Amino acid sequence: MDRQILLKNISVPGISSFGPYKSSGGYDSVIKALKEMTPEEIISEIKKSGIRGRGGAGFPMGLKWSFIDKKSTSPKYLVCNADESEPGTFKDRYLMEHLPHLLLEGMIIASYALGAETSYIYVRGEYKYIIGILNRAITEAYSNGFLGKNILGTNYSLDIHVHPGAGAYICGEETALLESLEGKRGNPRIKPPFPALKGLYGSPTVVNNVETLACVGPIIIMGGEAYSTIGLGRSSGTKLISACGNINRPGVYEIELGLSVEDFIYSEKYCGGISNNKKLKAVIPGGSSVPVLPSDLILKTADGKPRLITYESLAEGGFETGTMLGSGGFIVYDEDACMVRNTWNLTRFYHHESCGQCSPCREGTGWMERVLHRIETGEGRWHDLDLLVSIASKIEGNTICPLGDAAAWPVASAIRHFRKEFEFHIANPEIVKDKNHGAIEKYINVRSAV
Amino acid sequence: MSGFKVNHKQYEKEDRKVEFSSGTIQKVRQIISRYPEGRSASALIPVLHIAQEELGGYLSVDVMDYVAGLLGLLPVEVYEVATFYSQFYLEKTGTYVIEVCRTGPCSICGGEKISEFIGEKLNIAVGETTEDGLFTLKEVECLGACGYAPVMQINTEFYECLTTETAGGIIDMLRKKGEKKEGSRWTDKFF
Ligand SMILES: Cc1cc2nc3c(=O)[nH]c(=O)nc-3n(C[C@H](O)[C@H](O)[C@H](O)COP(=O)(O)O)c2cc1C
Ligand code: FES
Repeated sequence: MDRQILLKNISVPGISSFGPYKSSGGYDSVIKALKEMTPEEIISEIKKSGIRGRGGAGFPMGLKWSFIDKKSTSPKYLVCNADESEPGTFKDRYLMEHLPHLLLEGMIIASYALGAETSYIYVRGEYKYIIGILNRAITEAYSNGFLGKNILGTNYSLDIHVHPGAGAYICGEETALLESLEGKRGNPRIKPPFPALKGLYGSPTVVNNVETLACVGPIIIMGGEAYSTIGLGRSSGTKLISACGNINRPGVYEIELGLSVEDFIYSEKYCGGISNNKKLKAVIPGGSSVPVLPSDLILKTADGKPRLITYESLAEGGFETGTMLGSGGFIVYDEDACMVRNTWNLTRFYHHESCGQCSPCREGTGWMERVLHRIETGEGRWHDLDLLVSIASKIEGNTICPLGDAAAWPVASAIRHFRKEFEFHIANPEIVKDKNHGAIEKYINVRSAV
Repeated sequence: MSGFKVNHKQYEKEDRKVEFSSGTIQKVRQIISRYPEGRSASALIPVLHIAQEELGGYLSVDVMDYVAGLLGLLPVEVYEVATFYSQFYLEKTGTYVIEVCRTGPCSICGGEKISEFIGEKLNIAVGETTEDGLFTLKEVECLGACGYAPVMQINTEFYECLTTETAGGIIDMLRKKGEKKEGSRWTDKFF
């Protein structure tokens, strides 16, 4: 379970520079792919590997690549999604900071397989220093013949450019990202047409996450079949999990898919347990957009099986008792957390980040934020919980892009699993008016003791 | 995005020359060349970053109009973009823009205290600039550094795992440095 594929060379000194990277076996996959393999063979290896997108949606990478319209006479584009703005997620930053060449390696092979001669990396504007690191790596790749005209003496040529964003979560959604790359507001497009047919500048385009693309080199070296045996069932390979919140060892960990959530939280190799010897209260395992689960349901499924970090196990139980792997942004809450305050906080995020195109999302996120705020500050009304559930259900599925769903799910799941806390807030305005009221459990204990 | 303000008051042209140096124009050309023929609009976001950094720290109407002319866009196409993205400032800001993360993971690790502490120390509310024009305090959404919470960004730098002591120390250090902003411009990293 401690198989390292992406981060295996992370401690080699100077690994972010070309020299040390190359001498640790870096770029071997590019040589193999460009000199010995056809684009079709590459796509077939990726398909065999079973790898699914690491950006959040989990779509099979090989399948996505095979949708690209090869017959189209327009240029093809590969766009790397480095917008990383989902709260709890900071793994792409880690990869780009330490292993920029691993990303470039994957992008060169992917671009070759897709027939793209220009590719872009869309980096969130806040990652200013990362833009510098990427541009330095790109310059090194050019001067060593891995980018530019006739790479390695083949007749394949490729340019990669870094494109900065400017602060907008929505630009992580792939069609909003393309709009933004075209110099517009980040308003998601209606799909279909999917980017594989009409993407950047109306041309066939593949958008993949940083981590997904970083897996391409290793897959080409070991072969798709071998990669598919790593991990568990349909969750093949390893995954970067960025762990944060109330834990002893926050950070980015590469795990083999199939590791149990319990091991991940409590093992000294990973999160190292809950900080200050507190108890675990809740976890959002896949970035703020996926449903929150209370400690019992995150450690075990509803029918008592250990919960594993795989696409399937985390989703087991559907939205009643399950959640999603999402981007792998693992947010841990200890016993002191107020779930009402946290839900309000995340809803404020979605309200702030809604692009405003679709009324259910634009109005609904703001409405939910206001209702949650009044509950949290002791102004709640009994009818508010039904109102929240109703607003959430009316946003879900009724918007152009999934930001609406992403805003609705955390609210619906928090009320589903922590209803008592919401009710306590409404019933005890005098207690919750103090904004440092924290978790409600302590007040309930006090009351029952009286 | 919610929260932006557009001033619809009668607009008077600024009493200064709003234009890039010839060196910067070269850089803009280089950026435009990264996109296909006829797609210079793609250069808009990077060029607005440069404009904000080189032409006064925020995007005034004159600055936006100038960029529109440079890229062959309608002014409204630039306003649309400038008002959408939270890193573009539409009003004058301090030399140091302190952006404290307020989102979930930072908030449960003490982020709210950091922002309150800085506000009290500088005697300004969130969104305001100190009288000497040195500091602007903002609260922003997740900066993608949640494992190192609480986090703030000041201009180009990330400051992580903050306590009120370290945050206070950083402010003192910057105050000492004053107007002298150190080092090269961050938009140089585009090249
Ligand atoms: C609101 C929203 C935000 C998103 N943010 C990101 C992001 O920051 N990074 C990312 O890789 N994917 C993000 N996605 C998913 C992308 O739309 C897309 O599925 C992904 O980039 C595809 O790459 P993958 O298949 O390699 O995962 C987001 C989706 C939505 C709806
Ligand atoms: S929540 Fe503060 S950096 Fe992500």
